[in-house]
Amino acid sequence: MSTEWPLWEIFIRSQHGLAHKHVGSLHAPDVEMAIKNARDVYTRRNEGVSIWVVKSADITASSPGDREALFEPANSKVYRHPTFFPMPDEVKHL
Amino acid sequence: MSKDEALFELLLRLGDTDVVLAQRLGEWIGHGPVLEEDIALANIGLDLLGQGRLWLGLAGEVEAAWKGAGRSEDQLAFLRDGGAFRNLQLVEMPNGDFAMTMARQFYFDHAHLLLLRTLARSTDARIAEIAAKAVKEVTYHAERSADWVIRLGDGTDESHARTQKALDALWPYTGEMFVADAVDMALLDAGIAADPGTLREPWLAALQAVLDEATLALPAGEWMQGSGGRGGKQGVHTEHLGHLLTEMQYLQRTYPGAQW
Repeated sequence: MSTEWPLWEIFIRSQHGLAHKHVGSLHAPDVEMAIKNARDVYTRRNEGVSIWVVKSADITASSPGDREALFEPANSKVYRHPTFFPMPDEVKHL
Repeated sequence: MSKDEALFELLLRLGDTDVVLAQRLGEWIGHGPVLEEDIALANIGLDLLGQGRLWLGLAGEVEAAWKGAGRSEDQLAFLRDGGAFRNLQLVEMPNGDFAMTMARQFYFDHAHLLLLRTLARSTDARIAEIAAKAVKEVTYHAERSADWVIRLGDGTDESHARTQKALDALWPYTGEMFVADAVDMALLDAGIAADPGTLREPWLAALQAVLDEATLALPAGEWMQGSGGRGGKQGVHTEHLGHLLTEMQYLQRTYPGAQW
């Protein structure tokens, strides 16, 4: 039976002002039940103030095979990292 | 019947019904049709257990004020025999298949919600507080069981047939939820509890709305178990309660006072 139910990705916002964070996935027959299941599986200990569910099939992911093309060029461009600015000693937490 | 005695009886009805249904739902752990449902049923059982503890705890306080000595929530839950339990017969019915469990939950949740809403307006602040807390949880329970009844009824031919069969089989056990007896009457005037008879119409309306969407029929039978004031609320139970209690009470009966 479970194999006939679509998989859903669950995102929980733990408190106001923060972004929704991916917490895991679960099976449910439709979107309403996915929300209810997410409530039972992922917010039992008061973890959240908001739940998003997205059908896993609707997520388009980058391919691990494209890793080099996508991410490698960033490594050779050190000037993109803001590490060349002299900061006064008084400025903390940077 | 004195007000103290009536209050004690009312609290046992509320607490025992929660505890017995929690035990039934707990039986699904490890047997749910899917992992998510397994967790959800256990979760609802734990909500009910939490509510049951509050009601039985208060029952013990009322008993102490009434008789000079009161039992703890644990003593009430684990050391009374079946005849002393005051839970609804509906909630002691076996889990059966998933449709049976959901039909039982559907009937109970909607009545439970209506009852708790009236108790949240009780003139007894302790009762009003517990009920107000429980209403939030039970609102979710009622939504969830209604969602399931709709999906099962409007699902496959098999799920439809099984759910209708479950609704029909459990129907005669719903009547006692709405029959007032001496306990209710003793508390009515003081505004401590409401007449359960007034809950029947809104309950039927809530059920009908869900069953229409589920393409299921509301059973029409008039005859009810425990009619004439001899139901679970008065300590008359089906054969199923004893079996449930032997499992639930086994540990405290075998090792009295055991803790972990």
